[in-house]
Amino acid sequence: MQTLKIQVDPEGIALVVIDLPGRPMNVVTPEFQSDLSAAIEQIATDPSIRGAILTSGKAGSFIAGADLKEILQKFDRGVTAAEGAGMSQQLSRLLRRLETCGKPVACAMNGLALGGGFEVALACHYRVLAVDANVGLPEVGLGLLPGAGGTQRVPRLIGIEKAGPILLAGQPVKAADALKLGLVHAVAASNEVVATAHRWLLETPRAVQPWDEKGFRIPGGAGPSAAHAVRSFTAGTAVTAQNTQRNYPAALAILSCLYEGTQLTIDAGLRIESKYFGQLMADPVARNMVRTLFINKGAADKLARRPDGIEKSKVLKLGVLGAGMMGAGIAHVSAAAGIDVVLLDTTADLAQQGKRHSEKLLQKSLQRGKLSQEQVDAQLARIRPTADFADLADCELVIEAVFESRAVKAEATRKAAAVMPAGALFASNTSTLPISGLAEAFPRPQDFIGLHFFSPVDKMPLVEVIMGRETAPATLARALDYVAQLRKTPIVVNDSPGFYTSRVFASYVQEGVLMLEEGIQPALIENAARAAGMPVGPLAVGDEVTLELQLKAIEQNTADGQMQSPQLPRVLAVLRKLVLEHQRIGRRSGAGYYDYPAEGSKTLWPALAKLFPASAQQPALQEVRQRLLYIQALEAARCFETGVLTHPADADLGSILGVGFPAWTGGTLSFIETIGLPAFVAECDRLTGLYGPRFQPSDGLRARAASGNPFHTPMAAAA
Amino acid sequence: MADAFIYDHVRTPRGKGRADGALYEITPIQLATQTLAAVRDRNRLDTGLVEDVILGTAMPTGEQGANLARTAAVNAGYAEQVPGVQLNRFCASGLEAVNLATAQIAGGYVGAVIAGGVESMSRIPMSVDGPWTCDPQVNWKSFYAPQGVSADLIATLDGHSRSHVDGVAVRSQQRAAAAWQQGHFSRSVIPVRDVIGGVVLDRDEHLRPATTLETLAQIKPSFTEMGEKAGFNAVAIQRYPQVERIVHVHTGGNSSGIVDGAAAVLLGSEAFGKSAGLRPRARVRSFASIGSEPTIMLTGPAAAARKALKLAGMSSKDIDLWEINEAFASVVLRFESDMGLSPDVVNVNGGAIALGHPLSATGAMLVGTVLDELERRNLNTALITLCAAIGMATATIIERV
Repeated sequence: MQTLKIQVDPEGIALVVIDLPGRPMNVVTPEFQSDLSAAIEQIATDPSIRGAILTSGKAGSFIAGADLKEILQKFDRGVTAAEGAGMSQQLSRLLRRLETCGKPVACAMNGLALGGGFEVALACHYRVLAVDANVGLPEVGLGLLPGAGGTQRVPRLIGIEKAGPILLAGQPVKAADALKLGLVHAVAASNEVVATAHRWLLETPRAVQPWDEKGFRIPGGAGPSAAHAVRSFTAGTAVTAQNTQRNYPAALAILSCLYEGTQLTIDAGLRIESKYFGQLMADPVARNMVRTLFINKGAADKLARRPDGIEKSKVLKLGVLGAGMMGAGIAHVSAAAGIDVVLLDTTADLAQQGKRHSEKLLQKSLQRGKLSQEQVDAQLARIRPTADFADLADCELVIEAVFESRAVKAEATRKAAAVMPAGALFASNTSTLPISGLAEAFPRPQDFIGLHFFSPVDKMPLVEVIMGRETAPATLARALDYVAQLRKTPIVVNDSPGFYTSRVFASYVQEGVLMLEEGIQPALIENAARAAGMPVGPLAVGDEVTLELQLKAIEQNTADGQMQSPQLPRVLAVLRKLVLEHQRIGRRSGAGYYDYPAEGSKTLWPALAKLFPASAQQPALQEVRQRLLYIQALEAARCFETGVLTHPADADLGSILGVGFPAWTGGTLSFIETIGLPAFVAECDRLTGLYGPRFQPSDGLRARAASGNPFHTPMAAAA
Repeated sequence: MADAFIYDHVRTPRGKGRADGALYEITPIQLATQTLAAVRDRNRLDTGLVEDVILGTAMPTGEQGANLARTAAVNAGYAEQVPGVQLNRFCASGLEAVNLATAQIAGGYVGAVIAGGVESMSRIPMSVDGPWTCDPQVNWKSFYAPQGVSADLIATLDGHSRSHVDGVAVRSQQRAAAAWQQGHFSRSVIPVRDVIGGVVLDRDEHLRPATTLETLAQIKPSFTEMGEKAGFNAVAIQRYPQVERIVHVHTGGNSSGIVDGAAAVLLGSEAFGKSAGLRPRARVRSFASIGSEPTIMLTGPAAAARKALKLAGMSSKDIDLWEINEAFASVVLRFESDMGLSPDVVNVNGGAIALGHPLSATGAMLVGTVLDELERRNLNTALITLCAAIGMATATIIERV
């Protein structure tokens, strides 16, 4: 047996140590399953064994979950619901055998136990958890459900009402909470868990699970007549429909496992769970989420795009030019990562104001008990506000976050370059201005790069790294090292006006403007966007950016001679009408597409109905939703085809983490593949006929569809 | 098809559906039994002539479980060959019972049927039950929202203000109070008695005749929290994406009252009337039930009414009096506007907002109430309709003979 070792001590207790070779953490693989099966049979049949302890040979972790790479390979080969159900049943039956093998089995979780790992523990008769460890069932976040008994054993242990949030939110549960909830029997120091389990086996062992006892009832009851049924199932389903906008089938499947399975015997419940698991496995949403949010995000976080052969670097001292919202945010997250920050603005006062942003955020963390006063003080001490460029003298990296004007940026760049040490990098946080042009103000354009952060910087996980024409590979490597220091996720794109994310974002916002102009009811536009899974409707997000800024940006781009799309004059006309004629500036001024009353939530400005009268024939929700998703995906496809993007994973990650493109799609290019390339192209042709050439698929996309050439390389081939 | 005639109708008074309601101590089987006994006794009816008892129950569980119709027939001492069947078309059950009785009689399968409904809302509270609301897959697929949210959705779509819907409530209260004062209900209402023969209730007790727009304006909307916190507003908007937000205007004051009660209608063929020595009061001209979009749920009555009118070869102008169950004020407003009706001929003796709505009994009660009124006013035709859960509605047209 490769994945675990069994040792029987003189008292007849078998210690099963799980330790997968060549892995930093244990995961549930086919080999592990077959080894565990053999171990269970040995425990059951060897008369010298009184009971057993499952534990892990890895420090700090018990079992981290399923092997998602293996699952993704299954997706890419194509898995039917029946095959998916079979996968689940296999492990489920094994764990059922474990808990009915007749001998008491204790689980000594010396560290975190997630997903399938925690499900192994749930099938043991006794669980002791390391005091600093978490347990949890995070499958829902990847479009799946715990398919090895998690949806059945948790409610049988602690009741449906308490089980719901654990399964539906997928958040990890701390040891103390797990004990309080009844998910584990005991908590002990990580080096004491085995001894604690051993004691239980000698003193009060019991080889029968509560649900196999005669007369067992689910705590709090099950089915429609349970007192909590209205909350758990009736309202629970509605809240799930609201939270998921019906785009994420896993949450509904989990609710059904809870509702249906808990009314039956455990064996029937496990069968039901397996079938819903199979249903999810056959759904592209799980594939999309596993691939983008786990595999590709994991690879990006490990700097998959970092050029080889360049020594690992670390920023110790950072300069930030401009202490506005973005500059202050960059300073804040950098200081949080232990980097000393020189925060520079035109006056010491302005710089100090930028530091106050950190003070406010840290005060909140302090109040919530996330940070201690010492940590807060130390972090604040790392930010040095100044108006003196000479203070940048020993920074390894300077990031410019000044006003979006070439002249202002060029001046700041020149002043910084004059004092920066040789070999230091310069980055611009511009969201739209081409990097190669900005680099002209820097004496060493090979050391110049774009680092596009998103607002609010402390919350948004993405950094769009932009390669200028002359940016050197070493510069990219060092910029990525810095992004990793911040624990943010980088994508790497090539230079173009708007790069990648801003182009996709603009396409979304402008499509909303065009719909309004066409006479589609504004509520329908906003609701359809939310129904598609966008976090905020295009009109609401337009208000956030401000209509004024959009107007100025379009006018600036036009003046710069950027390519004009045929619909742009229509967008301009709407923005001019609102901003210039009606002073609807945006949220900042309390008046945009929405009114922002002092009390209560924002409401659509009633006069919109007069300025843009609703057409008599309103489109179906599906049509509006389709336009809003397709226009973004098309923009991503154009970026990919023209080399702005070189990796489909960057397109997907950038759209989800930066623009709010819905995660169920797996990202913009995954969305196209989910629809199917030929169907996507056909639908674009239909939309072109109805709404204009902005929906026209490029020749490249047509060719890709015709030749059946997907953007993504199948995982099965890559592995 | 033969004619199905209405020979008689009785109903209990409607008791407040709470522990302080007069009918709280009376079991639902007693409510049903006493209406069956009253039909027999006041018509000196040979119960051997009754060939079926059809009773609706909208919450058919516990004390209202199994089959109250047969149980009540046995308990009331009807001839032992009288069978019974219990049905559930939710709020339209009582009217559906009348319609099924009509079909059996018109088809020539039976000579006489007692049709009605019984609901003790104080003892068997309205609760969500069954797969429609509880099974996540079904709830999801049907975009389930509770009726109060549906009623507020109607008001939102139709642009009804709070005072507009409250106006419907004031009208209901005033008309119901006047009807009681002038004895319009006396022909049908029977006293309900306790185990020692004492009368526990002989008059509807839910009315609030002093209601005004001002008193109603004080009441908080009932469905705001449910809609906003439990996700139902979001579900309603998913189905009606042209709506920015649901405006909550319905309250306990402009929605139907929660009450206990039972009703029974004696229907039969012409031949039955002759052999029982009874004179028919009206015939059932036509009936219809329909399904409509389940999330908004309560807008079906117009479609049911049109279908019934078409079957009868009539138009809305041929109807003298209308009864639309006052489930919620916005339901009445939507129906009046869909059918182009003047409020003067709709619910002329008030409705469920004032009198209460004992779910499955209401439909049968409305048949009797409007028939009494047709006779009082010497008019001929009436259309009775109720909305029902999951988007259903039932309608019946009666005509005096």
